[in-house]
Amino acid sequence: MARISAGITTSHVPAIGAAVDLGKTAQPYWAPLFAGYEFSKRWIAGHTPDVILLVYNDHATAFSLDIVPTFAIGCAERFQPADEGWGRRPVPVVEGHPELAAHIAQSVIQQDFDLTVIHRMDVDHGLTVPLSLLFGQPAAWPCRVIPLAVNVVLYPPPSGRRCYELGHALRRAIESFDEDLDVQVWGTGGMSHQLQGPRAGLINQPFDRAFLDRLIREPAALAQMPHIDYVRLAGSEGIELVMWLIMRGALHERVREVHRFYHVPASNTAVGHLILDNTE
Amino acid sequence: MALDKPYADIPGTVIFDAEQARRGYHLNMFCMSLMQPENRRRFLAGERAYLDAWPMTEAQKQAVLDRDYNRMIALGGNVYFLARIFATDGQSFQHAAALMTGMTEADYVKMMLSGGRSPEGNLYCTEPDRG
Repeated sequence: MARISAGITTSHVPAIGAAVDLGKTAQPYWAPLFAGYEFSKRWIAGHTPDVILLVYNDHATAFSLDIVPTFAIGCAERFQPADEGWGRRPVPVVEGHPELAAHIAQSVIQQDFDLTVIHRMDVDHGLTVPLSLLFGQPAAWPCRVIPLAVNVVLYPPPSGRRCYELGHALRRAIESFDEDLDVQVWGTGGMSHQLQGPRAGLINQPFDRAFLDRLIREPAALAQMPHIDYVRLAGSEGIELVMWLIMRGALHERVREVHRFYHVPASNTAVGHLILDNTE
Repeated sequence: MALDKPYADIPGTVIFDAEQARRGYHLNMFCMSLMQPENRRRFLAGERAYLDAWPMTEAQKQAVLDRDYNRMIALGGNVYFLARIFATDGQSFQHAAALMTGMTEADYVKMMLSGGRSPEGNLYCTEPDRG
């Protein structure tokens, strides 16, 4: 049977991808950020899963305003890195896992979550930057990736509570897949940031640190936090953090914290990163 | 009954809700077109002519020509769509964010390096009613 061995969260700032692609990771501005992922790269080299279910948001790339799905799962064989206006990132094509993805879609829809099924889409920095942070610059990504896109662009996104409960449904779906697969669930985006208007640049370190603590220790209570608290306290784009609750809902109630990193700033954003062991 | 929009009380912030999305549909779809390299080239070669092919309001077109991102957002633009414009200009999110705050990019970068904009005094347009 498939099993979820670990959960990972990380921010997915596009400038981080540019720093990797342009060879700037050792520059004084970026070095402290990448230092926070050194442990993670070593860890994942010894814990490379068969499949990553990667929860992220599309940034007006695959989904325009024509169709805005709240939850969408990528069931394709492969996904090309998108041209977001700066040209395509020079990163490997993302290989999917259509059999597990289709199984998850069927199981989760039958658990009353209406996933949109996608058979063709490009993936943007929301998905590829986390892979770069954990795996560096390989010729091919070392495992399969199933994209799970969540709308956080057009307000309102799904509530934290619904995201957390989707995580539970995903766990039941994965654990009912017959093949013996090691699966990790990643939740990306955040932490506090605002990219628009005169309030751009907002960072709320106490909010972020409390979010990291509560995500690990009391996720069900954290999932009750209303949208207004995210956008007011963590910035209009900080609401991406609801996606971390999907990852957390897919793990056991108690998990072991393997690694934690928090850094300000990456461009406009507070970067948070966790590795949570789900095997105990 | 009108929808509750408590986010109207966040200073310096426009939440991209269904009403804004309706207002900005054509502006944002113009931005999407800039994901094609050929369209970026055509836009830069003649911005006004390129914009005139889209059913946008005159105010939206002028805001694009002026690179007035706050105005574009007020008129229904969303920053992830508008990113196609500053990407076409070879600029970053940090450049655009600095522009929107009215700071120089150097001052903005300095603010971010010293921990970002503080939440203090930046959470409510009006002080919350403590009574």
